[in-house]
Amino acid sequence: MGLIDSGKMPQPLTTLLNTARKYSLWCYQWGLACCAIEMGAAFVSPRYDIMRLGVIPFPASPRQADLVIVSGTLTDKMAPALRRLYEQMPDPKYVISMGSCANCGGPYWDSYSVTKGVDQIIPVDVYIPGCPPRPEALLEGIVLLQERILNEDPVDRWKGDPIVVV
Amino acid sequence: MTATVPDNQQLAYVAAKAADARVNVEFESEGMTLNIGPQHPATHGTLRIVAKLDGEQVVSCEPIPGYMHRGYEKLTEVRTYPQVTTLVNRLDWVGSFANEVPFILAAEKLMDVEAPPRAQHIRTILFEMSRLANIVLFLGDLGAQMGGVTAVFYGFRDREFVLNQIEAVTGGRFHPNFDRIGGIKDDLPKGWIAETKVAMDKVLAFCDQIEDLLIGNEIFQMRARGVGVIPADIALSYGLSGANLRASGVDWDTRRDNCAPGLVYDKVDWKVITHPDGDSFARCWVRLQEVRESAKICQQLLDTIPAGPIMAKVPRIIKVPEGEAYVETENPLGVMGYYVVSKGELTPFRVKIRTPSFNNISVVPWVAKGVYVPDVITILASLYFILGDIDK
Amino acid sequence: MSSSETATDTDTDAATAEAPLRDEGREATLAQVTEVFGDAIVGSHIRPGDDLWIRVVRDSWVDVHEFASRRLGCTYFSFLSGLDWLPSPFGRDMDSQEDIITQGTEAKELPPMTTGYAGGDTRFQVFSRLNSTSEAFGITFKTDLPDDDLSVRTLVPVFLGAAWHEREAREMFGFTFVGHPYPVNLYLPGAFEGHPLRKDFPLLSRRVKPWPGIVDVEPMPGDDSADGDGDAE
Repeated sequence: MGLIDSGKMPQPLTTLLNTARKYSLWCYQWGLACCAIEMGAAFVSPRYDIMRLGVIPFPASPRQADLVIVSGTLTDKMAPALRRLYEQMPDPKYVISMGSCANCGGPYWDSYSVTKGVDQIIPVDVYIPGCPPRPEALLEGIVLLQERILNEDPVDRWKGDPIVVV
Repeated sequence: MTATVPDNQQLAYVAAKAADARVNVEFESEGMTLNIGPQHPATHGTLRIVAKLDGEQVVSCEPIPGYMHRGYEKLTEVRTYPQVTTLVNRLDWVGSFANEVPFILAAEKLMDVEAPPRAQHIRTILFEMSRLANIVLFLGDLGAQMGGVTAVFYGFRDREFVLNQIEAVTGGRFHPNFDRIGGIKDDLPKGWIAETKVAMDKVLAFCDQIEDLLIGNEIFQMRARGVGVIPADIALSYGLSGANLRASGVDWDTRRDNCAPGLVYDKVDWKVITHPDGDSFARCWVRLQEVRESAKICQQLLDTIPAGPIMAKVPRIIKVPEGEAYVETENPLGVMGYYVVSKGELTPFRVKIRTPSFNNISVVPWVAKGVYVPDVITILASLYFILGDIDK
Repeated sequence: MSSSETATDTDTDAATAEAPLRDEGREATLAQVTEVFGDAIVGSHIRPGDDLWIRVVRDSWVDVHEFASRRLGCTYFSFLSGLDWLPSPFGRDMDSQEDIITQGTEAKELPPMTTGYAGGDTRFQVFSRLNSTSEAFGITFKTDLPDDDLSVRTLVPVFLGAAWHEREAREMFGFTFVGHPYPVNLYLPGAFEGHPLRKDFPLLSRRVKPWPGIVDVEPMPGDDSADGDGDAE
């Protein structure tokens, strides 16, 4: 959009855009391990329904996804696939790291084949601790991300500047 | 080493090739390599399957595990026994209490400690409940693998009832980390027994629903009957276990035949279910019946929990005496065993974890020859594996 | 432990002060194997009521499995893996409170290398387990591998399922299984160097930053005695 390029986005338009974006996240679940079951429970189980927050699961491909939730242990063998997935997603894109294995290696911090934290490979927006985090914790993480999206400046994102959240 | 393909699959392959030849007389096609995974909704995790195709049929199929290999056997050498219990929960991450039990029983065997009867009872109940949680998810997911997504919602909803009860006792929905050498961690909360009986009734109702939705469904039967037949001798030679073995007609159940001391299956009236066919339908059917049996076992055990202490006298800092012990139990996925070598230290010297899914998936190259691509998914779905179990 | 429940009635304490428990079924199995293989059986161990360990020489590794599969009814292949008996040169890489309580704070010397049940003369052993589904018992077989030649014949002709287990043992320990149809890495990525389950393979994260240990040790609630009770009320 020409407005974003030139940097002269009016604030009401920014808020409108951000509100629209935060309530329509198409989420790619990169479910690796146990946290994937909790993520599945959050998405599929009628009890912790995540779709009421506007987060829709199962995009047909990563090229149509806005958000990726990395849940579970990332091993060194799998890491290139994750990097390729992240690069396939178009901007603006967000990453949630769910579970302590994805945050920092978790209980396998000393293993020879585990990547100690997904943020070594891709930049992460929200970290959700837990082993596994309850589905409610995932919901809270999504709400935090939504707050973040509401307060961000699309101009900065377009220019590629680091996002600073007040 | 020669591998034989079952007759009906061979016939189907030959017939399809003949049909192709009639249509495409001058069309010579090369094989294609299809890479399923490692990130794919149908593979229960990060399993990569490389299938060489000839048209729509699989010529050879090779699963490549290792994308979730976390190095358990090396990690257990630097963790104390209680820490290993925590870690080992995460092998079969859907029914996690069941993973702790054989390890604890092996350590108890080496320490020559017997858990009090109340602890053994509660341990067995939780073991069966973890089986319920696991297989209910399997039944829900089974529909999704074949395209009938409705079953997933039923599965997750009814699994919540069982997880509620597990959480009420242990504090965690899964990864309860509740078993201790010599007993269990805490006693039952008030009112748990009555609520769990209600949950068991709900699970039985769920089984009836799934039988209507899936097992009796024509489409499911057409897709699953006759697909992926595994004869009994191949099943034994590959070391398949659990429902996969019993669906091929082999009547072996570790709970009845060589039950480890520490679980109380001899006090319950239940039966082992087998099926002679050995195809995907048989495996799914056997698992459904096992859920029913499991719920009935739980109901019987809930009525007869003895009173008493829940923990035997063990020292605060656990050093297991020198020796080797192997204990295997009938986990939800199959037969899981721990071969614990101890040198009298705080940590084990070597733990070899015999996981059921490792053997279950090693049969896929043999089974998936000459089948169509969707049948590969059906075969994988019916063999049922969890990646943490394959990859350790 | 259940050994008291499986004691045969003939072994009461009438005759001797401590009659050892006997396990006639397993002893008969061991006798059958020894009768056929003779000197190839270099060690064995029976835990009565529980399990049987048999150690063979390397050359009879495949033959004894074939015998067990054909004659003893052990047609079920459970697993195969390796054992490395070297005490870890890195100790346990922990300096937790429990370690300090039990072992004190001075550096300890490495204990000498000892092997387990059924004996063993070398650092590396291959072991496998077979089950019999009709009679509900199992046998654990072990064999020594000489340090300069870590190889043994493959079991794939006898048990098809051994293929994956041997691939894993190969990459984890560095064994060679002669005649294996497809000896490539199973778990580890292609560029991985080293054999992780050997005791001299360090866990690098622990070398860089040792585990800090338990920071504060509180007694468990209701636990006053030296060896904790843990009973609920």
